[in-house]
Amino acid sequence: MMTAATILSFLLPLAGTVMLAFSGERLGPRGSTFIGVGSVGLAALATAWALLAYSGASQGVTLWTWVAVGDFQPTMGLTVDRLSLLMMAVITGVGFLIHLFAAWYMAGEAGITRFYAWMNLFVFSMLTLVLADNLLLLFLGWEGVGLCSYGLIGYYYQHEANNWAAFKAFIVTRIGDVFLALGMFLIFVELGTLDIGQVLEQAPRVWAEGSTTANIAALLILGGALGKSAQVPLHTWLPDAMAGPTPVSALIHAATMVTAGVYLIARLNGLFLLAPDVLLLVGVIGAVSLLLAAFAALAQTDIKRVLAYSTMSQIGYMFVALGVGAFDAAIFHLTTHAFFKALLFLSAGSVIISCHHEQEMDKLGGLWRKLPVAYAGFIVGGAALVALPLISAGFFSKDEILWQAMAADQTGLLIAGLLGAVLTGLYTVRLILGTFHGEPGSDHARHPEPGRNPFTHHLPLIVLAVLSTFLGAWLYPGLGELFPAAPGETSDTSHTLLQVLATGAVIAGLALAGWLFVMRRQWLHSIAGKGAGARCWALLNRAWGFDALFKWGLVRPWQWLVRGLRFDFINRGMNLLALIARAGNAGLVRTQNGRVRTYACVMVLGVTVILISLVLTSGGGR
Amino acid sequence: MILLWLILIPFFGSLLCWQAERWNQQAPRWIALGTMLLVLVTSLVLWVGGDFSPPGVSESPWLLEWRVPWIPRFGIEIHLAMDGLSLILVALAGLLGALAVLCSWNEIVQRVGFFHLNLLFIMSGVVGVFLALDLFLFFLFWEAMLVPMYFLIALWGHSGSPGQTRIRAATRFFIYTQASGLLMLVAILALVFVNYSNTGVMTFSYNALLDADVPDGLAFWLMLGFFIAFAVKLPVVPLHGWLPDAHAQAPTAGSVDLAGILLKTAAYGILRFAIPLFPEQSQAFAPVAMTLGLVGIFYGAILACGQQDIKRLIAYTSISHMGFVLIALYSGSELAMQGAIVIMVAHAFSSAGLFILSGQLYERVKTRDMRQMGGLWGRIPTLPGFTMFFVAASLGMPATANFIGEFMVLFGTFPSAPVVVVIASGGLVLAAIYSLLLMQRVHFGRETSQGQLAGPDAREYAMMLLLLGLTLAVGLNPQPLLDTTSSMVQPVAALFSDSAGLAVQAEEVD
Repeated sequence: MMTAATILSFLLPLAGTVMLAFSGERLGPRGSTFIGVGSVGLAALATAWALLAYSGASQGVTLWTWVAVGDFQPTMGLTVDRLSLLMMAVITGVGFLIHLFAAWYMAGEAGITRFYAWMNLFVFSMLTLVLADNLLLLFLGWEGVGLCSYGLIGYYYQHEANNWAAFKAFIVTRIGDVFLALGMFLIFVELGTLDIGQVLEQAPRVWAEGSTTANIAALLILGGALGKSAQVPLHTWLPDAMAGPTPVSALIHAATMVTAGVYLIARLNGLFLLAPDVLLLVGVIGAVSLLLAAFAALAQTDIKRVLAYSTMSQIGYMFVALGVGAFDAAIFHLTTHAFFKALLFLSAGSVIISCHHEQEMDKLGGLWRKLPVAYAGFIVGGAALVALPLISAGFFSKDEILWQAMAADQTGLLIAGLLGAVLTGLYTVRLILGTFHGEPGSDHARHPEPGRNPFTHHLPLIVLAVLSTFLGAWLYPGLGELFPAAPGETSDTSHTLLQVLATGAVIAGLALAGWLFVMRRQWLHSIAGKGAGARCWALLNRAWGFDALFKWGLVRPWQWLVRGLRFDFINRGMNLLALIARAGNAGLVRTQNGRVRTYACVMVLGVTVILISLVLTSGGGR
Repeated sequence: MILLWLILIPFFGSLLCWQAERWNQQAPRWIALGTMLLVLVTSLVLWVGGDFSPPGVSESPWLLEWRVPWIPRFGIEIHLAMDGLSLILVALAGLLGALAVLCSWNEIVQRVGFFHLNLLFIMSGVVGVFLALDLFLFFLFWEAMLVPMYFLIALWGHSGSPGQTRIRAATRFFIYTQASGLLMLVAILALVFVNYSNTGVMTFSYNALLDADVPDGLAFWLMLGFFIAFAVKLPVVPLHGWLPDAHAQAPTAGSVDLAGILLKTAAYGILRFAIPLFPEQSQAFAPVAMTLGLVGIFYGAILACGQQDIKRLIAYTSISHMGFVLIALYSGSELAMQGAIVIMVAHAFSSAGLFILSGQLYERVKTRDMRQMGGLWGRIPTLPGFTMFFVAASLGMPATANFIGEFMVLFGTFPSAPVVVVIASGGLVLAAIYSLLLMQRVHFGRETSQGQLAGPDAREYAMMLLLLGLTLAVGLNPQPLLDTTSSMVQPVAALFSDSAGLAVQAEEVD
């Protein structure tokens, strides 16, 4: 029963894609929306059915053998266990709410059919990614979500900037994907299988802990995870990806796809435990990313870019959790983050549509009375983002991460996490104040048109808001027994101490924010406006200049290379042969000049040469 | 006998097409289409009925064989034989031939009869190449493919920029392939004469020459002769100069045939002749061949990014894709060689798809210059979606045949040459760059002019849908294809490990 429900849940979005893709615009906006939202809704129902039918044991189903040549036998096989069921629930559940909201958000846009075809294909690919029982099928989902992300970031295809943002997102993540592919090659050669279960079983037998090969394999997989999950240094695509419609940002670039890297590392936990150094590196990269992104979020003016950097920062927390071996905590935060970040993005989408596609904070402001639903969404989502103690979902998951870091004696990671909590408070307050309070910055903000549809606008926001409170944290089933023991389970470090620290960090952040953005507003403004302050602002606004680094380090040299080779110098080289033939022709043509005198001369010359050579050779013979 | 008919059907069909123009403009098209479909159906019937399990010791490795003496004095026979690989490629030729006819339905309006004569002539030659086992006969068919292709480009081609005329492109194509064919002829003759002086029997038979005992030094040069002939056709950088011009200037049908089938004759030749005839030498040559493959992957990709002509872009991507094939053929791994065959099939589908699409684009916007395109997604229904699909296939998106092929190659080559695989994997990123650039420049961006353009008609839609379906089918379930070719590939892969084993033994003895 459960396998049937599982298969149904991932085939339904695919069916939706096929119907939409081959409808040839015959369906019209209403029909497309109906199919696009409906298929994911049904998939969510099928997932609920699978959850109900779940017996507690992991189940596998092999649809067919993909390829069978010698030992190379990847299958089209799915595994359902608690982790994949949880991911399925998040993908289809949150996915459905976002699809529903998109029905409101996208109303009146051209190309609705294309939008839903991509969105459904995305849900299908993401489900394949989490259900795959072998790495090659996982890679199918992995690349599939990347392609859908490309198609949706470039949804408004007439704007050059959007297309290049989509292009950049695809290429940067593809660089990560190549590392993942190399990791697969290595794993297959060394372990002789791609089946995830068997890989985890075989790895400890073949590789000693800390052996070079294990380290390399883990590093390569980490490379893949960094690209998809937008962690330093492969993170530059995420802020630009905000060019897509806001529901896309909510679904792909906040709730699901960007957390695929976290899922991958958690799924292959046994492999990373064999490479402790790489696992620690995961944590360090997470800490660096969370701080870098949190600082960058402080200096953005576009509300979606603030949320993008905040996503990167929160995924950094998940990586920290992975890095200290607390896989359960990482997945916990993944789940709550899916709820509250989706809520924040959808609320932002509500603001953006209400204000006629205005998303610059300078031009917004003073909206809290006029857009109460979106405001409520921002407050609840923001509370979860800053991890407001006890009442928000984010508190429980982030607290778990910090506690595990503390229990693992990773003081550096713990401090980074606490500092990140302060910064999160700062940028969240700045975001909410800048959007909803103060004076409206433009006519659009003065006369917004609030969303009124109770079903497609209010319902998703309300459900997500409820999930972003402590209720959402309670829903999390806990996957402890699926993973190796987390450091917290064996440690006697005081949890209370950590809770006090974390609460202190949150309150410090909020208080500092209140002081800076409310009391010392003018002072802050003047500092950021000139001199060192302005330079600092610019640096943070450009997120530490990674884009420039890549531009001059990679993109420009590549362009020079392309330009330099454009005319195919090797081919030109081959043309030399033709030139030589022509030159020879030109030379010999001269001998055919029709003058008897020349001919006679040449003839005499020739005869002489022949005679001389004859004399010389025969003379040598005797 | 049925093998002979596979060659004769297109041959007679071509003559019929030529004359049929007298009574009706449309007649040649229908005749050509029917002929191609007949070839396709025949090979499919053979496929369904065939037994492709690895043969026992005494059994013949061939599914079908047909053999009559031709010029007994020189030991030349008409010896045709078919195994899994040739069957797949003949079927592919039939399919792409039919598509070539269909895609020129509206494009070719002058000398329709003669056009189809040439088109079917190429088919006849290609099928012959895939079936011939006598080396002289093989050479004959190899050369027979060239002349009609020359006419196709020279008579119905497009002239590009000044200095890039279709005549020039056709001549260049002809000289390149002719010169390389000459090298092969020399190598064939030398092989035959060495065998003659050893055994006293003059024969061009493949089976007999497999056992020919050629002195080591000479064998290397002969192997090189074969290799260069095939390398020009594949094409391998630096011998690729004819390809971009030929593609850019050829009519759509010519490009489809070139990319879809003619390039595959080269890979087929390496797999059938160059490696089995000279296994030790091929083994020794493998590092060079793999390096050339790597150079091809990157050089093709970089140049593809710099093109403004959409057909030139696709042409350079072919060079990049064939680099993977070359690496695989010399990897000595069964998995990789099977992967190479999948790439050949996949590339036939995806590049044919892209070439047909660019032909359809040309019929609508009257240009192949991508600088004059842009924003077409909103102006043409349905076609951009298909383009997106084939672009995705070209960049190796999983679930398409291209992905399975490339990854089988990489998985298979990794144990023996990890460094090559690591470098080649970089090509996956470049594939994404050049493939998406096509999308960015043609279909995305600001519209360069206004107005809705016609969507695909039933013929165009059916062609695209067929290719799309086949690409997905092979991508999701390549096993029927792999089962068909495994009995051919296994012995070739074994040759490598055998000669490697021999070399190891030799070292131990020393």
